[in-house]
Amino acid sequence: MGVLRRNLTAYGFLCAALFCFTVFAWYPMVREFVLSFQKTDLINPPEWVGLANFRGAVQDPAFWEAWLNTVEFTFLALLCGYAVPFVVALVLNELRHARAYLRFVVYLPVMLPPIVAVLLFRWFYDPGPGLFNQLLDLAGLPPLAWLDSSSTALISLVLVSTWMNMGSATLIYLAALQNIPSELYEAAELDGAGIFRRIRHVTIPQTRLILLLMLMLQIVATMQVFIEPYMLTGGGPENSTVTVAYLMYQFAFSQMNYGQAGALGMMLMLVLLVFAALQLRWTREDPA
Amino acid sequence: MVWGTSHQKGQTMRRSTGLLLVTVLGLGATACGSGEPATPATGGAEAVTITVACQPARTAPKERQAWDDDVAAFMKANPGVTVKSTDQQPCFDPKTFGPKLAGGQMETVFVVPVTNYDDVISQGQALDVTPHTNLIKNWNDLRPDARELVTRDGKVYGVPNVLYSVGLVYNRALFTQAGLDPNTPPKTWAEVREAAKKIAALGPDHVGFGEYSGGNTGGWHFTQAIYGRGGDVLTPDNTKAAFNSPEGRAVLQTLHDMRWADNSMGNKLLIGWESLMVAMGGGKVGMMLGAPDVVTDVVTKFRGKVSDYGITGFPEAKASLSGGEAYMINPKATPEQVKAGMAWIDFRFNTVGKGRFDFARGKAIGNPVGVPDNAVYGDSPTGQAIQADRVKNATLPVENYQSYVEAAASIPPKSEPVHAQEIYAILDVPMSAVLSRKDADIGQLLADAETKVNNLLAAKG
Repeated sequence: MGVLRRNLTAYGFLCAALFCFTVFAWYPMVREFVLSFQKTDLINPPEWVGLANFRGAVQDPAFWEAWLNTVEFTFLALLCGYAVPFVVALVLNELRHARAYLRFVVYLPVMLPPIVAVLLFRWFYDPGPGLFNQLLDLAGLPPLAWLDSSSTALISLVLVSTWMNMGSATLIYLAALQNIPSELYEAAELDGAGIFRRIRHVTIPQTRLILLLMLMLQIVATMQVFIEPYMLTGGGPENSTVTVAYLMYQFAFSQMNYGQAGALGMMLMLVLLVFAALQLRWTREDPA
Repeated sequence: MVWGTSHQKGQTMRRSTGLLLVTVLGLGATACGSGEPATPATGGAEAVTITVACQPARTAPKERQAWDDDVAAFMKANPGVTVKSTDQQPCFDPKTFGPKLAGGQMETVFVVPVTNYDDVISQGQALDVTPHTNLIKNWNDLRPDARELVTRDGKVYGVPNVLYSVGLVYNRALFTQAGLDPNTPPKTWAEVREAAKKIAALGPDHVGFGEYSGGNTGGWHFTQAIYGRGGDVLTPDNTKAAFNSPEGRAVLQTLHDMRWADNSMGNKLLIGWESLMVAMGGGKVGMMLGAPDVVTDVVTKFRGKVSDYGITGFPEAKASLSGGEAYMINPKATPEQVKAGMAWIDFRFNTVGKGRFDFARGKAIGNPVGVPDNAVYGDSPTGQAIQADRVKNATLPVENYQSYVEAAASIPPKSEPVHAQEIYAILDVPMSAVLSRKDADIGQLLADAETKVNNLLAAKG
């Protein structure tokens, strides 16, 4: 009893956190799981339909396109969103002047509400007066269709996503880089290592844990991409930007098929769980 | 600043935590007990409170005041009835509809667009109001086809509020600038193409003919176009796709040629209803398929210049996709609320010279009056009275819409296909393809879409 009284404050905070997680995270997840096996109109009592919602989701004409687009988006977003922030962090780490200012500039897009950032890019991508085509014109290059062609729409969304999210990743990499003891670099230099060998043999091994963690977090985040296709392309042209999360939205709020949306959500969650499990395993095995 | 001892801090923290918990519990209790207490009515009438959707937004203060005046007049005429308005815009939003209904937040009286009738009615989200249609005094004057759209298996699920057919909305000012006669708008698709070419030639930011291609609006307009050409989206028994037809090919071929051969459709894909409306309101788009309410919306919501816009009949029309909306009643409403709700619908939306048909008031507060945006009463005595009142109080050039009125009267209306939203999503693909790819293979696109729709229909049973 004495222990309980002593830790009352801690239990209070724990209860608040548990309450929030239960109401806003765990209950909706359980509800979605149940919903994925039901047919419901949210008014009348739901009807159990077994795996019919899963079958319906797989039979949807856009199902496989959505998964392929999501995988492609994730791969491209990792190429840009994983490598670019790491390189930017390396450069920032080496700078002797204006480092704070540049850190602020790199982080600035994260402070913009995503919807504002996306609308900004809608103007950048405008085939007529848009910034990007104006720049291409200045460089004497032909304009691009950006969002209006099935061959460029997905990569255009990747660029938006990278710009919006690279600030956070850069700061995390930068913090990891600054924790590397400088003696290691000095020893490598004495051994005659150039910049690339120092990165390969000192920087990457020393930041391995963070790199793995960020890889998994970015896979989990990018596979849930929604706001970019919703705001910029509506899944088009020719379904080239329909993603799994966007298709879930279509099922639920355009077709009012909540059960099918729940089933697709469960499929996405299962895939993401694999990556989450991999991340847990790798970080446990890490000798650091 | 001097910090207290750790003991004092501990006490303060415990007190704060206790306060926090009490506050949270208190808020929870307040939320749980926030149900509205029944208020006894004066004069012996039973007290009932209804919530009604579609109050105009605060950004339209005159329209909002007119609404509030109607609410006050209705409550005065119906002692014991309290009306609470909601001003969510748009009135019907599929994204929030289901959750609002499930969460007990849906209004007693809400509006549903014709596109969503099937979903809402088939999912039991609207009340069967068959026994209460007698509360709508002009019920029998409503067009039979409008009443049919809200009827399933002999049961009525709503009161039709608006009905219109699709026409060709055009910018008269651009017609004049392009050397075209705005009083003789195009009647055939060949004429539409020629006019679009001339308007697009006015400048690089001018679009002769605007069209949607995504967010289900592409499929929706494909349906409008194929109906107009006499084609169909599904077979009569709704078991197979029927759009892979000469009419379907003509729709896509015309758009493809206007986009790539004539370069008269601009180079931007338009997704979502407002994208084309914004462009139309900007005064740089010559023509689009649309109903008369497009004119009203372009003027009132997208700052278009009223005298610039006209509407004419659908080119070479053989049928027209029905558009419109109906008021429906929350299935959770009590019998008293149902009666009060139906009385409100009758008062505000079905009374000649009152509520939304108070054209004299509309004129006085500067509303655009005169667009023939509602044929829900057709040629019935009520319809004729409304039309006469509209013309009498018109603030818009009604002659700009006369060719539409004449054409619409002879074009048979046609309802949307079953599973409309799913099919529109599939038809977005060929629409976006012909507008984004010069080498789009129309035959292949239609064949692919046909397979997808057939699979969808088979899966839906």
